[in-house]
Amino acid sequence: MKSADGAKRWLLVGIALAVVASYFTPQFNRYYLGIAIDCGINIILAVSLNLINGHTGQFSLGHAGFMAVGGYTAAKFSLVFEAMVPDSLKPLLFVAALTLGGLIAALAGLGVGVPSLRLKGDYLAIVTLGFGEIIRVVVQNMESVGAASGLKNIPKWTTLGWTFALAAITIYAVASLVNSTYGRGFIAVSDDEVAASSMGINPVRYKVTAFVTGAFFAGIAGGLYAHHKQFLSPTGFDFLKSIDIVVMVILGGMGRTAGVVIAAIILTLLPEFLRQFADYRMIIYSLLIIGLMMARPQGLFTLSFKKKGAASV
Amino acid sequence: MSADILELNQATIRFGGLTAVSELSLRIGSNELIGLIGPNGAGKTTAFNLITGVYQPTDGEIKFAGKPTAGTKPHDLTKVGIARTFQNIRLFGSLSVFDNVRVATQLHRSQGILDALWRGKGFRSAEKEVERQVLELLDIFDLGKLRDEEAKSLPYGDQRRLEIVRALATKPKLLLLDEPAAGMNPTEKEELMHLIKFIRDKFNIAIMLVEHDMKVVMGICQRIYVLEYGIKIAEGTPDDIQSNPKVIAAYLGTE
Amino acid sequence: MEWFLQQLINGLALGSIYALIALGYTMVYGVLRFINFAHSDVLMLGAFSAYYVAPAIEKVLPLPSVLGALVIILISTLICAGIGMLIEFLAYRPLRNRPKLTVLITAIGVSLFIEFTCQHKSVFGADTKPFPQLLPATDFHVLGLIISSNDLLVVFITAILLTALWFIVQRTKMGTAMRAVSFNQQAAALMGVNINKIISFTFGLGSALAAIAGILYALKAPGIEPLMGVQPGLRAFVAAVLGGIGNLPGAALGGLLLGLLETFAGGISGLSNYRDGIAFAILILILLFKPAGLLGKATIEKV
Ligand SMILES: Nc1ncnc2c1ncn2[C@@H]1O[C@H](COP(=O)(O)OP(=O)(O)OP(=O)(O)O)[C@@H](O)[C@H]1O
Ligand SMILES: [Mg+2]
Repeated sequence: MKSADGAKRWLLVGIALAVVASYFTPQFNRYYLGIAIDCGINIILAVSLNLINGHTGQFSLGHAGFMAVGGYTAAKFSLVFEAMVPDSLKPLLFVAALTLGGLIAALAGLGVGVPSLRLKGDYLAIVTLGFGEIIRVVVQNMESVGAASGLKNIPKWTTLGWTFALAAITIYAVASLVNSTYGRGFIAVSDDEVAASSMGINPVRYKVTAFVTGAFFAGIAGGLYAHHKQFLSPTGFDFLKSIDIVVMVILGGMGRTAGVVIAAIILTLLPEFLRQFADYRMIIYSLLIIGLMMARPQGLFTLSFKKKGAASV
Repeated sequence: MSADILELNQATIRFGGLTAVSELSLRIGSNELIGLIGPNGAGKTTAFNLITGVYQPTDGEIKFAGKPTAGTKPHDLTKVGIARTFQNIRLFGSLSVFDNVRVATQLHRSQGILDALWRGKGFRSAEKEVERQVLELLDIFDLGKLRDEEAKSLPYGDQRRLEIVRALATKPKLLLLDEPAAGMNPTEKEELMHLIKFIRDKFNIAIMLVEHDMKVVMGICQRIYVLEYGIKIAEGTPDDIQSNPKVIAAYLGTE
Repeated sequence: MEWFLQQLINGLALGSIYALIALGYTMVYGVLRFINFAHSDVLMLGAFSAYYVAPAIEKVLPLPSVLGALVIILISTLICAGIGMLIEFLAYRPLRNRPKLTVLITAIGVSLFIEFTCQHKSVFGADTKPFPQLLPATDFHVLGLIISSNDLLVVFITAILLTALWFIVQRTKMGTAMRAVSFNQQAAALMGVNINKIISFTFGLGSALAAIAGILYALKAPGIEPLMGVQPGLRAFVAAVLGGIGNLPGAALGGLLLGLLETFAGGISGLSNYRDGIAFAILILILLFKPAGLLGKATIEKV
């Protein structure tokens, strides 16, 4: 690919760095390695939710649900085919599992998106929340994925390299989308739906697209998570997990990719630092949400892009 | 000139008990500049909303370029050539001036999400071409130097002009302007009048103008329709309208 | 037939509780246009208030007894009304003119804060506690049906509260002001209505209903714990939407319907495992076909 395209070059650099990092992982402390992978997974989740909640101005509380769909699909797929495939082809199987997880999650995104995107604000929030609940109930009753006791012995295939490479791809995808002429439509829809539709933008189409794309990456993140923790249980993808991701997006400043990435990292590390206050951790966390909303609802990392001397009314 | 670009036949819309537009019939030739006037609440904006598909008529028919528009969504009507501005400016506030116009060019492109993700050669050159067109358009309307400003931070007059430019970027055949002179000072109004005529001639399109400023309307419109309480009470040339007793009564009675 | 009647009674009892909670959501939505996520926690606090008040009352009044129960309910209701007003004052009032999303997330934050604080071992602790028997309970056997006095009482209390609420909203000055605020806040303010007072009152009233609902729910539940409000809270919210959010009779109707549907579905083997998901499936269907809810009015956005 001899293209002079800046965005793609950054993507390649990201992937290359991930591969190099992966090469050195045997020297890393297992604990830190685990946290680094958690960071990567959360980056994928937050950046993809940012497309829905930040850029497109929807309010989804169901991202963990899509993650669950992707995670369970990928894990089940790996478990079924693991024994049939020689070791050398395992990476291929992993890619297939992740992709399938992403696609099924995207399908779920379509299923939720189409009926609910006529709704606004809180209604959408509650429907997506409900979707997460439905997923949980369904999984809890599916014997084939371990029902309430969870899905065990998922192969440990997720590495730092895979995680960071996929995080780089997610960032690239969302950034190139919203920076394109086509993708500016997401922001237009979020700013003013009526005006957008009178400019030839189909708001429903855009919202569904954002939902499906976001869900796809959440599904991938779910697959990575499954092959990282090696165990999935329906309670791992509850309302709190969705809130977690929402808070990352808000903290990072809705619609700001770089900010959201930083926020995802901070919020992944924060619980580790609060470990000695384990009892108070969640109380502190909830106060943090309230405080953030009171003091800086626009996020911690929003820079003003306005130039000096610009006319303002 | 034979073919009318827009035709309303007995178009009616009711909101509960209120008939906002009642059996309105009108037509616009493909390069005409038409005025639609009437006292506050007469139903002018509602007529625009009917034409652009934001509301569906309760009764009657609307035809654009010979085809009935019933059931067509606003974004699809924009694709076939109807563009508008809004009485209460509706720009994409958080987007830059440039991006406000840029998003309005997407509708005629076949390149969508996959091209934007893959960013192949064809896509990138098409994006360059869009940029060039947008800048050209901005320059015509003297907004080029403001290209990176957030739309919501612009002064009022610039916002109104940007809305017109954004509408033009959709390559319309019919442009609907809802009170473009509102909030402008006399000099700006003068400029606006030239601008509207210029647009009609340069882009060779039909324009329908809703405006309260009679100097503007009478100064540039070829024909004028007058609404009162949703009902058409007069139509004709500016001279006809100015001497029409019904129109005078409508205005004196309410203002 | 017997099965049907039995489910009907159980469903009505459950639905009554949902209705009481749903009213709180709908009232707050009416005046402030946002989902008060913390409402479900007020419900839990109602049950816990009763749990801690009961031993004190037992020293003066015999328990279980109707009088004792009434006193306990009254005290808990007052406590929760205060808590509801406090939440509004501390968390929502400073955000009154902020975007809805900001308020919604704050509400989620408040809800999590209450839940996690209450789960802490120095507060209530996360374990399930047995709820005291406040009322003498008997089962009536009628026509082969088992009707518990508790269920009857739940339906009875709900009916009384609904009537009282209707009276407050339609016939009192406060209620009229409440309706004015929910119709048009700015206009109401211009007419001299004290908006803060009305919103505070609305929270108090809604929280009082939630507290009663919480106690009634606890009487039927195996025990109480800090997260007990979450599920009924979500269901009640669905009920409010089902009825048409902002619409009081709608909330009551939605609550009853949801209680019935859930109970009947729970009684059908095969569906019973999916009980928790049913409310949301209904929600999605409703929003698809009647987005404004059963009794809500659809509005066209003015452009
Ligand atoms: N969505 C709606 N629901 C209910 N009534 C509406 C709606 N849209 C417009 N109306 C009513 O229809 C009537 C006509 O309104 P419209 O906005 O078309 O007037 P207008 O001629 O544009 O007035 P102005 O000069 O003040 O802009 C008004 O009485 C208005 O309140
Ligand atoms: Mg108007």
